[in-house]
Amino acid sequence: MKKNKNILPALFGVAALLIFIILLENISAIIPGLPQVFQPTSPLFTVLKKAAVYSLVAVSMNLLNGFTGLFSLGQAGFMLLGAYTYAILTVPASQKDQVYYLFGGCAFKFSIVDLFQSFLGSSGAGGAAAMVLGCLLSIILAGCMAGFFAYLIGFPVLRLKSDYLAIATLGFAEILRAIFQWQKLGPITNGANMIKGFPTFSSFNITDANGNVLVRLSTFVPFFITSLCIVLIVLLIRSSYGRAFQSIRDDEVASEAMGIGLFKHKMLSFVISSFFAGVGGALFAMYVANAQAKAFTSTMTYEILLIVVIGGIGSVSGSVLATFLYVACSEWWLRFLDSEMFIGSFKVPLLRNGFRMVVFSIVIMVIVLFFSRGIMGNREIDFGRLLGKKRNVETGKKKVG
Amino acid sequence: MEYVISVLLSGISVGGQYALIAIGYTLVYGILRLINFAHGDVFMVAGLMGIYLTSALPITVSLPLVILLTVLLGFTIERAAYKPLRNAPRMSVMISAIGVSYLLQNTATYVTGGQPMTYPTIPFLSDTVNVAGTQTKWVVIITPFLVLALVLGLTQLIHHTKVGMAMRAVSKDFETSRLMGIQVNSVISVTFIIGSALAAVGSILFFTNYPAITPMAGAMPGLKAFVAAVFGGIGSIPGAVLGAFIIGICETIIKGLPSAWDVSVFSDAFTFALLIIILVFKPQGLFGEAATDKV
Amino acid sequence: MSGKAKENEIALHLENITMQFGGVVSVNNLTLDVPMHKIIALIGPNGAGKTTAFNCITGVYKPTNGLIEFMGKPMVRNHPSGKDAKTYKGENADKYASDEVLSPTPDEITKLGIARTFQNIRLWKSMTVFENVLTAKHMRAKQNVFSAVFRGNLAEENRMREETMELLKEQGLDAYKDELAVSLPYGLQRRLEIARALATNPTLLLLDEPAAGMNPQETLELADFVREIRKKYGLTVFLIEHHMDLVMNISDYIYVIDFGSEIAQGVPEAVQKNQKVIEAYLGVAEEE
Repeated sequence: MKKNKNILPALFGVAALLIFIILLENISAIIPGLPQVFQPTSPLFTVLKKAAVYSLVAVSMNLLNGFTGLFSLGQAGFMLLGAYTYAILTVPASQKDQVYYLFGGCAFKFSIVDLFQSFLGSSGAGGAAAMVLGCLLSIILAGCMAGFFAYLIGFPVLRLKSDYLAIATLGFAEILRAIFQWQKLGPITNGANMIKGFPTFSSFNITDANGNVLVRLSTFVPFFITSLCIVLIVLLIRSSYGRAFQSIRDDEVASEAMGIGLFKHKMLSFVISSFFAGVGGALFAMYVANAQAKAFTSTMTYEILLIVVIGGIGSVSGSVLATFLYVACSEWWLRFLDSEMFIGSFKVPLLRNGFRMVVFSIVIMVIVLFFSRGIMGNREIDFGRLLGKKRNVETGKKKVG
Repeated sequence: MEYVISVLLSGISVGGQYALIAIGYTLVYGILRLINFAHGDVFMVAGLMGIYLTSALPITVSLPLVILLTVLLGFTIERAAYKPLRNAPRMSVMISAIGVSYLLQNTATYVTGGQPMTYPTIPFLSDTVNVAGTQTKWVVIITPFLVLALVLGLTQLIHHTKVGMAMRAVSKDFETSRLMGIQVNSVISVTFIIGSALAAVGSILFFTNYPAITPMAGAMPGLKAFVAAVFGGIGSIPGAVLGAFIIGICETIIKGLPSAWDVSVFSDAFTFALLIIILVFKPQGLFGEAATDKV
Repeated sequence: MSGKAKENEIALHLENITMQFGGVVSVNNLTLDVPMHKIIALIGPNGAGKTTAFNCITGVYKPTNGLIEFMGKPMVRNHPSGKDAKTYKGENADKYASDEVLSPTPDEITKLGIARTFQNIRLWKSMTVFENVLTAKHMRAKQNVFSAVFRGNLAEENRMREETMELLKEQGLDAYKDELAVSLPYGLQRRLEIARALATNPTLLLLDEPAAGMNPQETLELADFVREIRKKYGLTVFLIEHHMDLVMNISDYIYVIDFGSEIAQGVPEAVQKNQKVIEAYLGVAEEE
């Protein structure tokens, strides 16, 4: 009962965060002369965008691996489906011939954004609304596509035991990657080439008629979508279904004996997790401004898995926290390890291209081996306490040893 | 006809190389119930060591040294990354394996600067030979025989020596073996040593036939070898070898199909499709035993 | 089979149940009846096939041959086919050959109204006492994923929580409701497992060695407890037990099996005096 009461402060926390992001993004325009970090070109915003995207994928993976106990390694495959679905649906019809020039144009002649523009107008507020609605619808469809494929693949693979499930889902992701690179599907997927020209995060910036940015929203957009999705996932985890998922993780045999259908609930968790991975894939495509199958390798899945482990398997807030730390370290704070450095005439040894990732993987191994519960274990950040609200009198849930 | 022979020859050769990696997977899985995701990367590191050592030392010294160092690497990985997690959930050990794989790949990228490295020409193995009108390298001819010899030796070891008996016992029942006084940790180490040594031999054979090694070069052969092990029934050495040959041959056939169909992108995907089909219809593989859980 | 009281409705009926693993016959041609509102015990030495019989009833195993009826309706039915047909050593192989094979999954059987506990307690270990019972109510909830996520089921959720609280109070577990289930003392864990089974609203409760590991005092309490819940919820109880005290104390009727086959049945006093039963238990009596 204690749990439900935590949701409201958490929602306030999320709303405050979103407002903060908008301010942060536009602060350099409001107050001139701020340090480089606050300029729109700062790595800060790259990190924030990428981490927002990755944290959704990490949480979706945690729903499956951490809360349902299904060790699946197919996340990159479902992201790929989401990315391609979004890209194919939103490239404006006028640009399709150019993007698909190797294949003489695209098999899909329409674009969802164009479709909305046809009755909302293509410029001014109508055009903006058309783009927002079109993109949102495409993102949802991207998730649905990933969820649908999860449903299909779920029939054979969800009956498998833990590590066989892992290798089968990994294999499935590899198969998808091959299919999307197949030249015969070129008119749809653009073969092994990237699909470009669709709306990205910066398309959401509010500009004047000359294209000057008035209000930046390019960091806010991924934060908004990710927050929305994570709130939904948390609501799911804290519902009766979430408890059923966790019971399956704890003891399948007992769950089945208590009337919780294993296959049905595993499938549910798998499809929902894949839906959000698909949404994450669409966001990823927006972040990198292209969709290309060769980006979605098993290394990407491993990376996300390691994030989940660092954050704590079974903790949503841990996954989010870990994603931001991970992305900030790999994209920003540890960058210096990759370039040669001189202190006076002394050349610091070892520092050159690639060293960052070595240090990084050693840190990860240390966490895996010695801090296997990760940052948060299976606890959550208590937003109520963060906001200084009075703690509930009921005793909190004890830690699992 | 010549074309068919050349496809078959290289298929058998690739299969043999996969077999040497697959044995490492199947042995480790048989005993620890762990998919050793790092095994493919150990194979890649063995390849890189081959490059660096051969450039500094004569080939008669460098190749044995490669095998020795790979064994040391496999042994160290087991002691450092898997042994501390012996009583942890299986998922943790698998995650540790993924972490080791990540570490090996990143270290390799750092050391090589991310550039593809050319494997040295090894006398005799790299020489060309004419078989039934097809030009091929000696390594292609030798691989299957070498693999069969090694597998025979290994099965002798497992069935007729004390350590082999211990390995079989541990793979049947970990806890009981421990209670019966078997040094489980040494048995596991021996398993990793054998697996790594075979992977090192495999890397010499595999990369002699390939233009270059990248840090990612181990991942795909590793996964395929694992699929081969599952295909043959995990824990079964003859199964793994047979599975590896089947996968190697099928893969070469797919790569050799007319380019107009453009199906060569599926040479990797095929392996995984095969895996999913096998897991669904015969999860215990060709030679594996079905296990039941006690309620 | 016997002149047992037939005036009651039969809750559970097993007929010619044979369970064979490869060449090993674990349960052999077992036929028994569990009448409504009675407490029936299945006893036998270690390895006699008692838990296997339970697993056949609850759908964990699919029996090789035989029929199980629940509330007068066929629930599980199978006959040896394929590889099993060749290795089958039991009787009545042809009796069900022409009938449709029925093999519901454990959760479907629980939905019909059969709940169980486990020999080696299987509580959900990351959950509190309260959550363990609440989660067992999931099966009877009418919500779907969307109503659950968007909190369209608040009334139902609150009702489930209230019912869970009530159940915990009745079982004397309410003081521990926020404790992790696995941190409870052994006896309370057993009691919680029964509470969790009750949360699924069963008509038939299967108890697999409920007194295992309990001291005589706890065992006595358990006997009262089982009687009490039978009365309160109108339950039928079918239990496996080694503690003869408990079995003789609470059972209305007893079936004895050894090596998978029935060797005796009857009311407690008769079974106690049965020569075959004494023989089966002699020599293994020290084990429990």
